[in-house]
Amino acid sequence: MPNTINIPTPLRPFTDKHESVEVSGATVGELLADLTTKYDGLRKHLYTDEGKLRNFVNVYLNDEDIRYLQKEQTPVKTGDTLSIVPSVAGGRV
Amino acid sequence: MITETDVELPTLSPDEIKRYSRHLIMPEVGMDGQRRIKAGSVLCIGAGGLGSPAAMYLAAAGIGRIGLVDFDVVDFSNLQRQLLHGTKDVGTSKNESAKRRLNDLNPHVQVDTYETLLSSENALDLFKQYDVILDGTDNFPTRYLVNDACVLTGKPNAYGSIFRFEGQASVFATKDGPCYRCLYPEPPPPGLVPSCAEGGVLGVLPGIIGVIQATETLKLLTGIGEPLIGRFMIYDALKMKFRELKLRKDPDCPACGTHPTVTKLIDYEQFCGIRPEPDLSQVAGANVSDWEITPVELKKKLDAGETPFILDVREPNEYQINRIAGSTLIPLGELPRRYQELPRDREIIAQCKMGGRSAKAQDFLKSVGFTNVKNLKGGILEWIDKVDPTQPKY
Repeated sequence: MPNTINIPTPLRPFTDKHESVEVSGATVGELLADLTTKYDGLRKHLYTDEGKLRNFVNVYLNDEDIRYLQKEQTPVKTGDTLSIVPSVAGGRV
Repeated sequence: MITETDVELPTLSPDEIKRYSRHLIMPEVGMDGQRRIKAGSVLCIGAGGLGSPAAMYLAAAGIGRIGLVDFDVVDFSNLQRQLLHGTKDVGTSKNESAKRRLNDLNPHVQVDTYETLLSSENALDLFKQYDVILDGTDNFPTRYLVNDACVLTGKPNAYGSIFRFEGQASVFATKDGPCYRCLYPEPPPPGLVPSCAEGGVLGVLPGIIGVIQATETLKLLTGIGEPLIGRFMIYDALKMKFRELKLRKDPDCPACGTHPTVTKLIDYEQFCGIRPEPDLSQVAGANVSDWEITPVELKKKLDAGETPFILDVREPNEYQINRIAGSTLIPLGELPRRYQELPRDREIIAQCKMGGRSAKAQDFLKSVGFTNVKNLKGGILEWIDKVDPTQPKY
């Protein structure tokens, strides 16, 4: 069953402006892998060169930080929503 | 509750009682609450988009003292959202303009202005003088500085941040609550953050977020309600939706964890990977003209009949405002899947608003094998200044 990933504004240029994307998988990691397969340009924003989730990118399963669940191994159920919440600043950097 | 010296709460004059009557008739605030507000103080970091509504409402609500840290001058492009400042204030200091406005809103409020950049040298001394710190900054170095200084001085941080149509708010660094570093231990490297030119903000958005920050400040001062501690609000203006995420205090947090490694303020520009640009002209073998071209040089090239491929990597709505004649628009975000459209046999000149995004485009194109790519120095803005003043700037 597909799950929804909410894409934050700063990353929408890499998802053809989509605010949310339907993805499939059994775990958080699989959903993210499906997302970056669909939108390859997102990959370097979410993962380091070593394939680790970047530590300024927080991922929430519903309202809970996956760091406090089972991280990328966290299983997902039908209807669960994933949100990518990066740190955002409007400024000069 | 912030105020610990209940016995020393200030009294309210008859004028003040009249002014705050709509607070006083609510049992949750009442005389005691209003006196706590009057005893309270807030330090606003930035008198801009978020600082404007926050400071104005807090002044109107009768807070005792507002500190403003800003060193900027009012610009026309601020007026779309920064209601502390008016058209007549353009060109004057934001602090001065803000102080005038706040004094007019409520002469009972003391307004202290600090015409300075918040820094590791002055932050702790400033923060110690206030009850709540209201972070209205727009950049990562200052945000981490504010967070760490809040943790080190034990001051709560009424936090807000805005981007385009989306805002975030929380209360960080209370005694038992998480801090910003529990959420984001480290900032993103500069290259992976959209720059200001790519940003933009809906003018009403800071109104919502700044007022949330002011609301939380009042709640912290009076002790009423449930403060936004351990919760992260995300507001989407387009969908008109609020989402709430759970935040936890991270025991391994470098700032507020059980074994903190941040024990004093550091160099936050360096921490965020922002260093002064190396002077490439001094680097052996590097030749500036290999990778950069000025607008005047480009004009000369065009006048001489050369036909470089001018690649505009801005967004279509920016292209509508102004453009270099003959340029081709491919937004930076689309470049990875559209670069095949570019000619490999011609010189490519990448260009954006000010040169930041086109530098990223240049790096990307080099990484996929383009060898003759230059960045237009200063972008379309410098082009307009130096070559084509007939076009509008934004």
